[in-house]
This record gives sequence, structure tokens and C-alpha cells, in this order.
Amino acid sequence: MAASRADEPILEVRGLVKHFPLTKGILFKKQIGAVQAVDGIDLKLYKGETLGVVGESGCGKSTTARLLMRLDEPTAGQIFFHGEDIALLSGKAFKAVRRNIQIVLQDPYSSLNPRMTVGDIVAEPFRIHKGVVPKGNLRKNVQELLEVVGLNPEHIHRYPHQFSGGQRQRIGIARGLALRPEIIICDEPVSALDVSVQAQVINLFEKLQDELGLSYVFIAHDLSVVRHISDRVSVMYLGKVVETGDEEQIYERPTHPYTQALLSAVPVPDPTLRGQRDQIMLEGDVPSPANPPSGCRFRTRCWKVQDVCAKVEPELIVREGLDHPSACHFADIRHVIETRVAT
Amino acid sequence: MNQTNPADDARHKQDANAPVLEVEDLHVEFRTRDGVAKAVNGVSFDLRPGETLAILGESGSGKSVTAQAIMGILDTPPGYVTQGSVRFRGTDLLTLPEKERRRYRGEKISMIFQDALSSLNPVYSVGFQIGEMFRVHRGASRADAKKKAIELMDRVRIPAAHERVNDYPHQFSGGMRQRIMIAISLALDPDIIIADEPTTALDVTVQAQVMQLLADLQAESKMGLILITHDLGVVADVADKISVMYAGSLIEQAPIIPLYGSPAHPYTERLLAAIPRVDLKGQELYTIKGIPPNLTNIPTGCAFHPRCPYAQPICSEQVPPLQDVSEGRRSACHFWKETLDGSIQSR
Repeated sequence: MAASRADEPILEVRGLVKHFPLTKGILFKKQIGAVQAVDGIDLKLYKGETLGVVGESGCGKSTTARLLMRLDEPTAGQIFFHGEDIALLSGKAFKAVRRNIQIVLQDPYSSLNPRMTVGDIVAEPFRIHKGVVPKGNLRKNVQELLEVVGLNPEHIHRYPHQFSGGQRQRIGIARGLALRPEIIICDEPVSALDVSVQAQVINLFEKLQDELGLSYVFIAHDLSVVRHISDRVSVMYLGKVVETGDEEQIYERPTHPYTQALLSAVPVPDPTLRGQRDQIMLEGDVPSPANPPSGCRFRTRCWKVQDVCAKVEPELIVREGLDHPSACHFADIRHVIETRVAT
Repeated sequence: MNQTNPADDARHKQDANAPVLEVEDLHVEFRTRDGVAKAVNGVSFDLRPGETLAILGESGSGKSVTAQAIMGILDTPPGYVTQGSVRFRGTDLLTLPEKERRRYRGEKISMIFQDALSSLNPVYSVGFQIGEMFRVHRGASRADAKKKAIELMDRVRIPAAHERVNDYPHQFSGGMRQRIMIAISLALDPDIIIADEPTTALDVTVQAQVMQLLADLQAESKMGLILITHDLGVVADVADKISVMYAGSLIEQAPIIPLYGSPAHPYTERLLAAIPRVDLKGQELYTIKGIPPNLTNIPTGCAFHPRCPYAQPICSEQVPPLQDVSEGRRSACHFWKETLDGSIQSR
């Protein structure tokens, strides 16, 4: 495989769409509509960086993760890994790509098979992708992996239930690392963990990235965690990317009303800021993705809404006077977070 | 049977600002096949009208069990309150017979649970479930109860309440379901609401709406609120004072501003340094090594000592008492002074 140049993304998504059909009837299933889980998104991931994807439940971020892994087939759109469309690959060629894109799942309780030992779980990728390590070295490799993620290599014969939540997440990470992938998709990897354990796992992700040069697609709903770990961030709402930029652009100069509302709603652990934050209170709930609003999907909850919002869907483009793409007709910078530099 | 202490009673009549709830030296244990899990070990706090107390802790710290013991909804067996008292306006609820206690539950103290979908009954309409409070406790007719349910749904700002009163829980979004839970807990105008992780399952924009609603309702009715949570961000926005729990014990109690500004217990200090903040750049995350202890086998001395960066030999030998730090502030650390002024050294 040709080494990628620094300015070329190792993973690129163009116009990715996933619609889940809604059907009626049992025998002659008639399609009556579709849940538009992901509706035309573009993403780019460069080597060694972390792309954060944030959004609330139902915005399509987990569907995106599944599509990137090709666990689901996209309805439309392309996913390029080193310039090669992975949707067109099959058989051996696809297996080779799979090896390089791995996933760490949210729930460390249900994503590990309770009847397999930790050694078997972590060695399973080697059994599927034969020839990565010689047979005799399997055990040694697994133990090395356990050590890398901070687990005791002696615990290779234990079962998942004998570990705590944070340790189980480490097992999941070891499994994801086994094949030395270039990309790890992290789907809410720290959401189920306690605060004191969450920090350990976040630091582990950062350490592994520094040491192994991994690229992460880090999907999460927690904006504080995403800011901490990401180089660039894409904000999703109802199956669309509404704003994208580097960490500083999104958090310090948000331009899309949804990003602004989302950021302003994040509680800050500092009681002296109480009542002083610019808090934008959104009305109502996220509309159903089976029947999204016309035009701009955020318009039903937006305080800037005009007639044009219902008629013309705003494109994700860099608008006049701004420095990063935003999908709003009236995009404008609003500081919602007073950022300080940690001492 | 009346457990009211006459002196206490007089005090409560005179002083509108006297605590509505006083929990003292509460101990709860679970007797399981694997041994006795000491879930709550000597927890004390009080709550005044209109005040918001946050009980902060990680999973397994005993915060929810404390709430269940106060409400009297502990699963017995295996859970038993072995010691302590829970006084509501001077009356010890733990000594009341179940029949009397029921009059307090819902009427004086009510509770909001984390998972609204599993707390609501899927086969009854939400109006029926809100109205149930009035039918059971007040003997209201079905028609009256429904009318009151609509009023309450309006009060918790559910749009088109009169149209939605006959809808079932699954027809509502997560945020709306939590509003229904709040409506049920508000129904009988309680003096205290205990909210157990009320927004943990919600998205952040919806969380902001629900917390705002709770704050508004509290301001209207002067009720006390006990917020049980693990989220230091939410606490900073709403609480007046905090009790931090670790392995079933209170380790620090303080008014909100000093606790965040200068923690007097290493656990609180480390916890604050371990959370990523949305308003901080280039922050290094400190970690607390290890994991919270198993409650059937709590470490000797200070329960936090195996994970504490400052632990000394005394920490594994003696249980640190909850000592007064300043007015309204207590810490259970042998070295609280050094932690407070930052002179403590890591091992």
C-alpha cells in the first residue's frame, strides 16, 4: 500500500447516505418511507489526527460509525481509504482494508462475549486475519497487547465479568489494536465509565495515538471530552453535518445556531460562572428523522429562522467573513464559551 | 405511634428556616450470598426549605441507596438500615410503621428516577398515572384527577397538555417523559424532592431544559431538592451545597463555591482534575489510579487510601473522622489542612 502524503486524507467520506426503509405489511412489504439516519455527509480524516463527531441522540453519529466500518451498506455515497472506494471492494481486498479500520464500542458490558476468556477475545482478530502473527507467538502477542493497554498480562485466562467497566473498555481497546490498524473508530468509548476511570481511558487513547500514530474518528455526545481529544470536530444534527472545523474554530468561534446552543448547554464545573454564561435554551425536541423538516433541518428549533430556511437547504460551505464551513444561511460568530488556557 | 420530640416540634414551628430533613449517622447494608456489602456507612446531612443539596459520587458510592433509605423504598431483604435516623420536621421516619410512612411518601417527600421509560407504566396513559396520585392519596374522582393531571402537565410545560393527557409513555420523547415524572413527583406539593440522576439519560440541550424547569419549580414552591448525581458540571450550575460520597461514606461536605475552589479532600481534588472541561484548552487530565473498592471488602482506615496520591501509613490504620473545616464545611481526611492549603506532597 502506498504511503499517504501528509496532505491527503487516509479516510474520506463523500455524500454518505443511509436510509432505513419503513415498511408496511408482512408478506408484500411496501415501503412507506425511510428513516434518514445519515443524509449526505462529507468527512475527512488525516493521518495521526483525531476527528471528533458530536451530536445528540438520533443525529446519525453511530450509524456513521457503522458505515465507516461497512457494517451497514450505505444507501449512497463513497468511502475512500487511501483513495480507494471501500464499497467497491470484496473478498481479500476488502479484508485487507478491514484490518486497517477497527472499532471500539460504547458498552464494555455487551461488546465482549461473556463466554470467552480475555485471551480469546483479544486473539480473535488474529484468528480471522491469519498470518499476521505466527501461531506460536499468539499468546505472547496477546499478553503484549494487554500490557500496552494497562492490564495485567497474567489475567489472560479471566472472563470479562471479572473485570471492572474501565478494565473491560481496555480489553475492547486491546482487541481494536490487535491488528495494528491505521484508523480506530471510537463510538462513545468513555460514555459508560465513571469520571475517575474515564480520565484513565482518555489518556490511554492519547498515549496510543502518540506512540502508534493512530488516527481516530471519535464519536461522542460529551462536548467536553470531544474538545479534549479532538484536532478537528464535525457537529451533526438529524443526519447532516451542520458545522465543521478545527477544535478552536468550533469551540471558540461557533457560527451555526445549533453548535452555539449545544455548547452553551454544556454544564461547566465552576460554580462561580453560574448565571454568567450565555445560555441558549432550545425549544422542543429533535424532530423525527423519518420526517425531517424541509430546508434547514434545524429551523423548527432555531431562533434565527426566516422564510428562506424552510425553502432552501443551506449548504455546508465557508461563508463570507468566516473561516470554516457552516450550514446556516445566517451563520455568524457568537462566543458562548469563555475559553481559558489551562495553567 | 408518634416519635416527635416536643422540643424539636416547637423549634420547627418557630423557625421557618429549620431543616426539613435531617439524616444522621445512616448505615445501610446488603446481606448477600457473597457477604455483607456496606453500602452506606454513617452518612449525615440536613436540608433546609428551598435549598438544593447535591449528593455526588461515582457508581457504587452509595448515593442512590441513601436516597432509597430516606424514601423507605429499600429492597428488604437484602437491604437493611442498621443504624441512624431520618427526621422529617423532627419525626424519625425510620421508626414509623409502614402504614404511617406511606403518608409521607409522595405527600411530603417524593422522588424522580433516572430512567423515566422504565419508571412509568407502559399500559396506562400518562394522565392516568399522574392522576393516580390524587386518587390514591386524596380520594379524588377520575374526572377530577384527570383535570389536575392536565394542570400539572401544563406546569411542567408539556405542550398541548389537554390533547396529550391520554397518550402513553412511549409516545413521548425522553425529555417529555422526564417532565411527566416531575409532574408526578410534584402532584401533592411535597416539601422535598429527591432527584436520582434526573438528566443522565438525556441529551445536553434537553438536560438544560429539565434542570431549568426544576429550578423554576423550586423557586415557586420553596421545596428542598436533593440532587443525586455523578456530574460535577450539573452540580456547579444548581446546587447550594454538596456532599461527596466515596465507598458508602461521606468524605467531604461543603457549600458549593469553596468545594470547587479549594477542595479539602484528595478525592474531591482529584475528581475535579480528572474531568475534561469544555472551557479549558490544553488541559492535562489527572487520573485517579485504580478503581472504586468493592463494598463487601472496603479497605481499612480511609477507604480511599489505596488510590490516594498522598496516603501515609496512618491512612490505612485509622478511619479519618469527618472533621469541621470551617462553617458548614467538613472533610474526612487526616490531612485536610494540608490538602486545603496545597502543601501536601505526593508519595
